[in-house]
Amino acid sequence: MSPMISRGFRRKHSDVGSGAVPPGQYVTGDFPVLSAGPTPRTSTATWSFTLQDLDGKEFFRWEWSDLLALPASQITVDIHCVTKWTKLGTRWKGVSFDALIAAAGQPLPGSHVMAYCDGGYTTNLAVADLEGGKGMIAYEYDGSPLAPEHGGPARLLVPHLYFWKSAKWVRGLRFMAADAPGFWEALGYHRRGDPWKEQRYDGD
Amino acid sequence: MIDADLRVDGNAAAGFLDQLFAFEVTAAIVTCDGCALDSPIGALDGYDLAMGAVLRCPGCERVMIAGTRLRGVWRLDLRGVRQLRIQGAC
Amino acid sequence: MTATEAAAALPSTGRIAWREAEIVEVIDETPSARSLVLRVPEWPGHLAGQHVDVRLTAEDGYQAQRSYSIASAPERRELMLTVERIDEGEVSPYLAGEARPGDRFELRGPIGGYFTWTAASGGPLQLVAGGSGIVPLMAMLRHRAHAGRAVPARLLVSSRNISAILYRGELDALAAGDERLSLVHTLTREAPADWSGERRRVDADMLRAHAFSPADQPRIYVCGPTPFVEAAATALVGLGHAPERVRTERFGPTGGQA
Repeated sequence: MSPMISRGFRRKHSDVGSGAVPPGQYVTGDFPVLSAGPTPRTSTATWSFTLQDLDGKEFFRWEWSDLLALPASQITVDIHCVTKWTKLGTRWKGVSFDALIAAAGQPLPGSHVMAYCDGGYTTNLAVADLEGGKGMIAYEYDGSPLAPEHGGPARLLVPHLYFWKSAKWVRGLRFMAADAPGFWEALGYHRRGDPWKEQRYDGD
Repeated sequence: MIDADLRVDGNAAAGFLDQLFAFEVTAAIVTCDGCALDSPIGALDGYDLAMGAVLRCPGCERVMIAGTRLRGVWRLDLRGVRQLRIQGAC
Repeated sequence: MTATEAAAALPSTGRIAWREAEIVEVIDETPSARSLVLRVPEWPGHLAGQHVDVRLTAEDGYQAQRSYSIASAPERRELMLTVERIDEGEVSPYLAGEARPGDRFELRGPIGGYFTWTAASGGPLQLVAGGSGIVPLMAMLRHRAHAGRAVPARLLVSSRNISAILYRGELDALAAGDERLSLVHTLTREAPADWSGERRRVDADMLRAHAFSPADQPRIYVCGPTPFVEAAATALVGLGHAPERVRTERFGPTGGQA
């Protein structure tokens, strides 16, 4: 049964309709804040980011000053949320996954990672979806330090995948020998989440 | 196609959970598996109702109920709930 | 029958399905808020405090969904919602602006068994409202008026300014004719020179002065924007009210449904 049309109602956001928007998305001028929990407020004085091996043992750690000392990248990208909004032209600054791995100077223990965050959120990623400039630890948005409600002090940014993969308040990556579902993935969202293939849900 | 819901209350998740259970969901009492606090589901702190429902203990913020309904399939992670109690009509 | 029992007795299937609602009347409440009187065929009934989900579909198939508290008493045959227009919003400018009698949308409910009150559950009844948070509490007061006004009740309402007060005339009329109902307004941004109510955000001193005391063991309902509710609920518990007697309903950070 098709839903009833309400006379005179229309979407607020305009659809650019260009090739820049993945299927099923609409363009928004807002930056909606969605979170699975209260906003963590970790101070950069106590912040750290770690890499862990298959057993969960830490093999590299950066404090905040270490992160800022690494070579930074600035990128302008479109971001796509699985709840259908797309925001064009967002500006970020951070440290690429490639730069982190180069700094750690060790062979990667696994083909996949689980990202761990303040507040308990997790998401899984293939290393192939992070390396080659595809992923970064971002600490600035739109020219300013990343605000807590948008994931600050630092978040993962993996813009070629749906935005739930760009985990806020990221604190580390644990390597895995094989892919395994993180928080939303275990609840039915797609393991990988490529918006251009409209991989929203498990089985897509 | 559903837009983000701005409510951040266990009562709002009721629309999500209500369709699944035959009892009045927001009045059901759940015991937190972390801190053992009892709360009505309607009193839990609700988050991220766009991707799914995440209901946290108002005492210790632990995730008590996480759920999605995608393509007609319900998935509920209830590991944060030690016990659920509902007053039935009898 | 307690509110929980009454809610549990309502048929559950009625709440799942989307129904058609038709606007029969539009009432301008304030410069930015309108009430919609709706005809909803086979409406299963509701309890004061419950809400509905509203779904709008545009001609291109785009849909938006929001929740709105029911403003009308369960005794009324027609359902009433009160919508505050949020300018940056998508649904409220439609419902509180464009929509007119004859327009239809989809509605689902009633939803919520925790934030409900029936006169049979007794009191005293303490209501604390921030802005459009007064809507579900107004349903409780309207229900109380139908039920005989025996339960002592107090309402503390916080609004930005005098023109933003919802249901002002009706509240004054309810309070004037009822010695068991007391009404206190506070204005947070600006007040007229001859204002005799309070003039600041709700705080512990204001609650201590105007609310029932913990010894009265009131049933307390607090509704409004999240920061308002958290501050008021914290203050109430700090004054000695038992946490389980304080029921809260928090709207999103903007204070309403955009």
